Amino acid sequence: MKMKLLTAVAATMMAAGPALADLVIVSTSYRTGPYAANGIPFADGYEDYFTLLNERDGGIGGEPVRVVECETGYNTEKGVECYEATKGEGALVYQPLSTGITYQLIPKATADGIPLHTMGYGRTSAKNGEVFKYVFNYPVNYWDGASLAITHLVEQNGGTLDGKKVALVYHNSAYGKEPIRTLEKLSEKHGYELMLLPVDHPGQEQKAQWLQIRQQRPDYVLMWGWGVMNQVAVQEAVNIRFPMENFIGIWWSGSENDVKAAGEKANGYKALAMHNLGSDYPLYDDLQKYVVDAGKAAGAGDQLGTVLYNRGLYAGMLAAEAIKTAQEMHGVSDITSQQMRDGMEALEITEEKMASIGLPNFGPEFKVSCQNHGGNGYGAVSQWDAAAGEFKLITEYYQSDQDVIQPLIAEDSAAFAAENNIEAGC
Amino acid sequence: MIYRESGDFSTTYQQDSQTFPIRFDRYRYYVVLVIAFAIVPFVINDYWVNAVFLPFLIYSIAAIGLNILVGYCGQVSLGTGGFMAVGAYACYKLMTGFPDINIFFHIIISGGITAAVCVLFGLPSLRIKGFYLAVATLAAQFFLVWLFNRVGWFYNYSASGQINAPERLVFGVPVTGAETAPWAAYLFCLVFTVVCALAARNMTRGMQGRQWMAIRDMDIAAEIIGVNPLKAKLSAFAVSGFFVGLSGALFFAVYLGAVEVGEVFGINKSFLVLFMVIIGGLGSIFGSFAGAAFLVLLPVFLKNVLVGGMGWPTDLVEHLQFMIVGAMIIVFLILEPHGLAQLWRVAKEKLRLWPFPH
Repeated sequence: MKMKLLTAVAATMMAAGPALADLVIVSTSYRTGPYAANGIPFADGYEDYFTLLNERDGGIGGEPVRVVECETGYNTEKGVECYEATKGEGALVYQPLSTGITYQLIPKATADGIPLHTMGYGRTSAKNGEVFKYVFNYPVNYWDGASLAITHLVEQNGGTLDGKKVALVYHNSAYGKEPIRTLEKLSEKHGYELMLLPVDHPGQEQKAQWLQIRQQRPDYVLMWGWGVMNQVAVQEAVNIRFPMENFIGIWWSGSENDVKAAGEKANGYKALAMHNLGSDYPLYDDLQKYVVDAGKAAGAGDQLGTVLYNRGLYAGMLAAEAIKTAQEMHGVSDITSQQMRDGMEALEITEEKMASIGLPNFGPEFKVSCQNHGGNGYGAVSQWDAAAGEFKLITEYYQSDQDVIQPLIAEDSAAFAAENNIEAGC
Repeated sequence: MIYRESGDFSTTYQQDSQTFPIRFDRYRYYVVLVIAFAIVPFVINDYWVNAVFLPFLIYSIAAIGLNILVGYCGQVSLGTGGFMAVGAYACYKLMTGFPDINIFFHIIISGGITAAVCVLFGLPSLRIKGFYLAVATLAAQFFLVWLFNRVGWFYNYSASGQINAPERLVFGVPVTGAETAPWAAYLFCLVFTVVCALAARNMTRGMQGRQWMAIRDMDIAAEIIGVNPLKAKLSAFAVSGFFVGLSGALFFAVYLGAVEVGEVFGINKSFLVLFMVIIGGLGSIFGSFAGAAFLVLLPVFLKNVLVGGMGWPTDLVEHLQFMIVGAMIIVFLILEPHGLAQLWRVAKEKLRLWPFPH
């Protein structure tokens, strides 16, 4: 009885919600739980970018953007609930910001014809657009990340890693396990020894892993961490006096939240970067004027200029550019999710485009095609400067080892296609 | 006035011992079944199935299973999440290993496998009791999750360590995978839930259930009157494991479709199911449903009202949810320690006398 009453009330509440003909962007964010420290800045950046477009340009192509936010708590069950709750509103693209949720949504979104943009996370082999028609992971993916980190180490060691020991501290989930296969392949090529140290969700307990690092003394430590795990790992590394410049995180383990807690000693910690850092861009002037000063900033409005806020902006920018591309392709302003998919597949990011948006030199140039949903694998290395309190890029953008990664992607996507009876092709 | 027993005579023993001896109850039960089988499948959409009905039905099976162990037999278990994982991984291995066999049988066999594992971890219950047994089952929880994370064979050595449910058909209709129609997934789970509830209800009313309850109430006295504690306890673990395994298999194959063991079947799941049993009412099949409904629906309801209806920020609502659900659990436990099932019983007593309570 109680249940019927509850559901009846819930039904009326849902029916009363607004349903307007806008461009609907769903932000499946997480502002609570052990991953909130990283989830908040990204969600703020993503939302603020669309707020800026609405306030300054009246939307995209004259069509206002409506951002629907749904809290997932980095939890797959809630993520699925969010997806089902929001897909009916005409969502154009999902940016789940969780590899676990991405794995859930790949089959669902493909069946529903809604594209997923898993920027630098999710299923790496989704780069193969012939198999994963609705999944995009440009501009880079995890395997690129693994290769970029190793390339950086190879360069530092004068061309070879023979006899070196590299440890991978990873979140014991689909996310953290992604790079293992690539790192194993690369170890055959470069001759280092790989040591695997899983950390269980949520990652507050890492004493055992770092004790092992202290005993076995790997030359380098790579990290695939997220949320509270990052902070704990950096703190533990400081505690065992591990040389921070030999500690490299993936781009998800390289934001201010992750290193600030460890204080001065975290100085020199490195992290990969898929886009540029800081707030020294013309776009920030507009953000200040139209969003922050107007009191329309998402969340507390205190995340501007942080690494993950910039990533949120970048994700928003890529989505908005894909919408523009789709509008041009199909000649309509109120596009559907199918047209959005076409727009994403035809997306081209050039230096002129980024400069005209107000984000010059913000990320690598790339062009999406039906065969390549994942960009060209360019990234850079950033380093934490504790005194200045910011990450700084210490390398140019360079490309990952495509000779190793491409066969792996072909292999994994072929396995997926066979498992799910997908006919590959454009 | 409406709800009454007068004029409702039993003339045979069968009538007297049926599940719902009061006519009104019986009709209500039939009406619920008719609505559930004949009306709901035609009106539900993806959202209702995935956010409300599937979790409710599947958690109900898990709660029934745990209720048999905790509520009827008095053996505290904190290993439910781990046992659900056994069901899920058994189902995955069967689905991928024997693709030609119907998923229906896979799920039942998964339940059987879980029952065996559950009996294994139930063996210590013959020696240890109460909190100590809870700790032993807690070890099962952590061991099983670790095992499924650690041994590649269980997830077919996939790179991500995840298991994904391939598409499987029942009578030519997909019930797992992305192409599943909402009604198909719903009906598939509903059949399992109804059969499980019927089986559990009848088992707990019969000799088996009386043995369990005797063990729960006082095991030494039960032994003296001739209940074999070994058989009673292990059968409770087996039956409970079977139900929990079924729910784990359905949870993976039909509801989520892809599972990461540490996140989905972690210790939180064990607590969630235990809370369902406690809030619903220990030792009551109806309580299992009520508890599952309470803990599945309340967060979804609050979210829809506060975010969808009132437009509050999502993080505020999420935090409020924790507080409201937590507060309601405490309030319920203080006002009605025997759970929602007891509330229902009291309400029925009142209704029987209404409107002439004296």
